[in-house]
Amino acid sequence: MRRVNDLRARNHPAWWAFLMHRLSGLVLALFLPLHFWALGQALHGEAALDGFLKFADHSLVKFGEWGLVVLLALHLTGGLRLLLIEFGPWSGLRKNWIAGSVGLAAATGMAFALALIG
Amino acid sequence: MTSNLKVKVWRGREEGDFATYEVPRLESQTVLDVVTYIQRRVDPSLSYRYACRVGMCGSCAMTVNGVARWTCRTHVSKVAKDGRLEIAPLSNLPVVKDLVTDMSEFFDKWARALGRFKGGTSRKDDFARVKPESLERRAVDAGIECIGCGACYASCDVVSWRPEYLGPAALNRAWTLVNDVRDTQRQERLGAVAGDAGCHACHTLATCTERCPKQLAPTAGIAGLKRLLARTKLEAEA
Amino acid sequence: MNGSVATQARLWLWQRVSAMVLGVCVLVHLAVIIHAVRGGLSAAEILARTQGSWAFGAFYTVFVLAAAVHAPIGLARIAEEWLGWRGLKVTVATHLFGLLLLVTGLRAVYGVVVP
Repeated sequence: MRRVNDLRARNHPAWWAFLMHRLSGLVLALFLPLHFWALGQALHGEAALDGFLKFADHSLVKFGEWGLVVLLALHLTGGLRLLLIEFGPWSGLRKNWIAGSVGLAAATGMAFALALIG
Repeated sequence: MTSNLKVKVWRGREEGDFATYEVPRLESQTVLDVVTYIQRRVDPSLSYRYACRVGMCGSCAMTVNGVARWTCRTHVSKVAKDGRLEIAPLSNLPVVKDLVTDMSEFFDKWARALGRFKGGTSRKDDFARVKPESLERRAVDAGIECIGCGACYASCDVVSWRPEYLGPAALNRAWTLVNDVRDTQRQERLGAVAGDAGCHACHTLATCTERCPKQLAPTAGIAGLKRLLARTKLEAEA
Repeated sequence: MNGSVATQARLWLWQRVSAMVLGVCVLVHLAVIIHAVRGGLSAAEILARTQGSWAFGAFYTVFVLAAAVHAPIGLARIAEEWLGWRGLKVTVATHLFGLLLLVTGLRAVYGVVVP
């Protein structure tokens, strides 16, 4: 028998950054086929695509889209941090990037929300 | 400092549970002092492992309040703010009894990562001259102070998820050796640490780097191995 | 290095290289999204932007290719580490998922650019 760690062992910024990166990647990957299928409606003409876009106008769907945009921004900036750690010169765990990526994702989310309203 | 500490200690082997002990709180008390008090004054059947008591031998690492630490240099004041301690054996290793884990696989993996220096000269040859300011020498310096306590290995989620994964300590050791210009096994070692049981399984969770009591950064060495492998691979294919 | 270890090392590198490509793509894509949703989405508006545009077509083709490499490798890690899958099961499942992304993705690009 081996003991397994719980959150007390994992509770530090780089671990939360890992979890954020993995979960955002998982959700984005599973969303992609849906996204592609929806755009593929254009093959059946403008009306078919508009039919889907009407469905996407529901506020709940809009909220989902907003979440996906935030996750995409998180996955992008989190990924840049990982590339810097793996390919750049070592300068610690670059925790400033973790804070920065959360901030940037929040800013992207707000820009998207403003664009939706405006 | 007259109050008592409430200390939960893992008792058992394969199956077990925490037992609670009252231990007097003393000044400058370490977690190892607490365990030793229990073994000498309360329950002599408690098993644990230690040797040097001064942070050199790497044998006293345990899970203290959920976090892997060297107990001999962990002050109670640092980890038991509310007077409570939970002491368990290291995670990710088989438990022999109470606080003692079987470290064989941990050290077997050092061997699998070719964690042993092999030179190409004899005593009749002159000394090798390694410039202290060279990149390689500085990389070795940054990782060489490992005492093999297993705190990083016990903290690593990838070890839990991939039991065959060599783990941070063995890979850190390999990194110091591939940067040793005197060593003759560089290519074999790079082969031994590649792939999903080696450096490519690391997802930069960095718990090893957070928990290393010697403040080493196995994450840095593992990233270095990935880089080196990518470069040698690209060169081999070019 | 034996064959499967070399493959694992190669997959790691592909995921990083595709990540570098995706880094640029996603940045552009986010800008396009935020620009596009102003005043609501309509098919006419989207297609006016994309139809017959080689730049759009080329950019999103690269984007789809990079995503079809990147996502399955990441999902394979998750399947191995969180679901305990190993070996052929992982290979088949992630190749199928990559193929799904490739087919639906290129179909979508074709759909909005060509007709």
